[in-house]
Amino acid sequence: MIRQLVLLALFLLTSLAQALEIQSWQTEQGSRVMFVHAPQLPMVNLSVLFDAGSARDGDQPGKARLLNELLLEGAGDLDADALARELESRGIEISTRISRDIAWISMRSLSDKAILTVALDTLAAVVARPRLDEDAIARVKERTLAELRLAHQSAEDVADQLLMQALYGKHPYAHDPLGDEKSLEALDEQQLRSFHDRYYTAANAVVVLVGNVNRNQAELLVGRLVSSLPAGEKAAALPQPERPRPGITRKTFPASQTHINMGMLGISRNDPDYFPLLVGNHILGGGGLTSIMGEEVRNKRGLSYGISSSFSPLWVQGPWILSAQTRNSQANSTRQLMVALYRDFVDEGPSLKQLEAAKKHLVGGFPLKLSSNKKILRRIALMGFYDLPTDWLDTWSSKVMQVTASQIRRTFRRRMPVKNLVTVMVGGNKK
Amino acid sequence: MRILCILLAGFLAMPVLATQGKVEEFMLDNGMKVIVKPDHRAAVVVSQVWYKVGSSYELPGATGVSHVLEHMMFKGTKHVAPDEFSRIIAALGGSENAFTGVDYTAYFETLSKDHLERALELEADRMHNLRLDKKEFQRELAVVREERRLRTDDNPNGLLWEQFGAVAWRVSPYRNPVIGWMHDLEIMTVADLQAWYEQWYSPDNAILVVVGDVQPRDVLELAKKHFGPIEATGRASYRARPEPEQKGITRLEVKVPAEQPRLIMGYKSPAMVDVKEPWEAYALVVLNSVLGEGDSSRLTSRVVREQQLAVSAGSSYDAFSRLSGLLELEAIPAENVSLDVLEKALREQVADLKNTSISKEELQRVVNQTVAKKVFARDSLFYQAMLIGMRETNGYDWKTLDEELQHIRAVTPEQVQAVARKYLVDDHLTVAVLQPRKAQAEGEKKS
Repeated sequence: MIRQLVLLALFLLTSLAQALEIQSWQTEQGSRVMFVHAPQLPMVNLSVLFDAGSARDGDQPGKARLLNELLLEGAGDLDADALARELESRGIEISTRISRDIAWISMRSLSDKAILTVALDTLAAVVARPRLDEDAIARVKERTLAELRLAHQSAEDVADQLLMQALYGKHPYAHDPLGDEKSLEALDEQQLRSFHDRYYTAANAVVVLVGNVNRNQAELLVGRLVSSLPAGEKAAALPQPERPRPGITRKTFPASQTHINMGMLGISRNDPDYFPLLVGNHILGGGGLTSIMGEEVRNKRGLSYGISSSFSPLWVQGPWILSAQTRNSQANSTRQLMVALYRDFVDEGPSLKQLEAAKKHLVGGFPLKLSSNKKILRRIALMGFYDLPTDWLDTWSSKVMQVTASQIRRTFRRRMPVKNLVTVMVGGNKK
Repeated sequence: MRILCILLAGFLAMPVLATQGKVEEFMLDNGMKVIVKPDHRAAVVVSQVWYKVGSSYELPGATGVSHVLEHMMFKGTKHVAPDEFSRIIAALGGSENAFTGVDYTAYFETLSKDHLERALELEADRMHNLRLDKKEFQRELAVVREERRLRTDDNPNGLLWEQFGAVAWRVSPYRNPVIGWMHDLEIMTVADLQAWYEQWYSPDNAILVVVGDVQPRDVLELAKKHFGPIEATGRASYRARPEPEQKGITRLEVKVPAEQPRLIMGYKSPAMVDVKEPWEAYALVVLNSVLGEGDSSRLTSRVVREQQLAVSAGSSYDAFSRLSGLLELEAIPAENVSLDVLEKALREQVADLKNTSISKEELQRVVNQTVAKKVFARDSLFYQAMLIGMRETNGYDWKTLDEELQHIRAVTPEQVQAVARKYLVDDHLTVAVLQPRKAQAEGEKKS
């Protein structure tokens, strides 16, 4: 036992010694900036995060994503063709992405000054001056409709969306960020522009930069970037979701497998129960094939290829989802097994051995989470966006170490009781 | 593919900075190659063991055996209990997994540099001490059949690509699906796996690639200690099955319950191993990029944006596959555009590459993107190891990664036109379409 503890303390020291020097400041315009100086490679990763995810769609599902997709279809003086050439002729990469909470715009460029200057100027136009040309809107709408069709032909996507709907009801996390046919049809330039005016503002932005520029250069670059944005104001706080109605929804789908998705409301980014639930879930189904679910459902019984559970912490309670997929004939028995395993876990909590193994993995694996500029950027971006303290990473390991087995059991019983399970099953009808 | 694995884009290497040492290469006495690339940015190391075996080594009736064996490599050895491998690595804070492709099977661990030796010890153990238990095998085979249902049988796009490969190739083993045909996965026996393991899992058919916060000499010592004592079996031998020349366009249609039509096309195109002059393969790399890589490529700027016939379109070509493959085009039609019209539009772009030479700007774009991608690739330890491992396993020297840029710089518009004329010929084309069959009305009930 003692040998174990010493070992863990060593892990802890290693990870603390590696603590990143994260610099954070507020620009005049009100954007939070997160910066890590990484001079080892001649490149820069930069992301802008706006609180403009699909949760801001209002009564027009798909609006946030449609706008986010349109950013790369023409900006400032450059139409879609010219913009693509401007970037790709210099090897600059800009991509956009939407989640429930966040609209991401991410750039990767060589740090060579001539290239980086163009990269930053173009990025500034992309976030601040989207053209929203008529033909571009039509084109992106059509692409989105194709993506909706692709989602509709996938049992997995259908199950995912059905569960979100069942968990969140009328809450803005419920709908598919892609939107729906009717809503997309109706969206016009004016609505997209007013969404942009409201949410793509300095006060509503977090800028994250990792790369081969020093602090002074970083301040200049970020300053120039955000000065192109109106000051604006932060997005309003999102409402708390209501407790969903437990039960099982079945949907027939032409597939040889049935997708089994179970869920509950999970945790928010600043949830007081964050660590016991995180560590508990790792033991239950977050730790891949070494987790309870991986071991029992796949390794011991060969029932499913993919079996896992995860929390997605968001501004307010994000989903906790446990999912598997298995051939139709054994779907019901597999679901029952998953429920039984979950019940045992909530009733009894993890064993000390399981807890030690989870801590060793989580704390010992900490350096892996920061082993590339891209990984560092992602970590500090979420810290910046969700207003987590700058020592979040430094204290992360010790908070994991403090979690106890009885704390996990208590917290799961209180927050995640079996009776709250919401289940969807999609499949069962292969012709 | 034991757990969903990521795929790639781009290349590697470049001038040496203080944090990145030179790649060093060693050969153990038993024929195992060891390649080490120091990268001291974090106290982390990636270890990958690559075996020269994959679905393109397999025979009819026994497809999928490489991939099932990959799964079984986690199911215990003389010294390690089933699934114990994963638990040991997890307890060290590491992550582990494996993937099988057409030309390779690879196993990897990412972990704190202090634990590299444990990973190597475990990899060496399962290189020659695997215990193939019948019960474990039956369970894992069931898992793989579920994997096949997930990836292929219930996935219209997966099904389309599988059929496309099986039809484009009459003889070449590139017709084999990596996951294996379902019937093969039903009749496979533990004896099949045992034979496959004994034939291909030997140090003289394996390559160790280590990238991270290490010194090459130290890695060599560890490799000698753990892999050195394993005797080479010398049994890895591959009987070539070259593809006879295609004599006309081949077409196929896949009709399954789906919503979104799709078109894929492939022109038989040589890999580096089959071209007399290396510039031909590099010219195909440039051609492919100009045609279908990125938002400024011709397929996107012309077919998607200008003609509005597709919602997305792109192409791909691998100059460094083990055997010659295809230059592939893939497109999703815009609403109310027929697949015939879309096919015509794509073939017009191919014809244009033959009729007129690409512009200087297009060529320069490819060069500049290659320069940038080589720098970006150095951000990921895993990706750097992967690039080295793929080259070596497919039969190419890892140094070709360093030489790539100079070869791409040397490509001329005339050369691109020449390879377009020589290789993108109609008689060597396969066209596959996904025609959705509407599903019956779906029900939903709540209990």
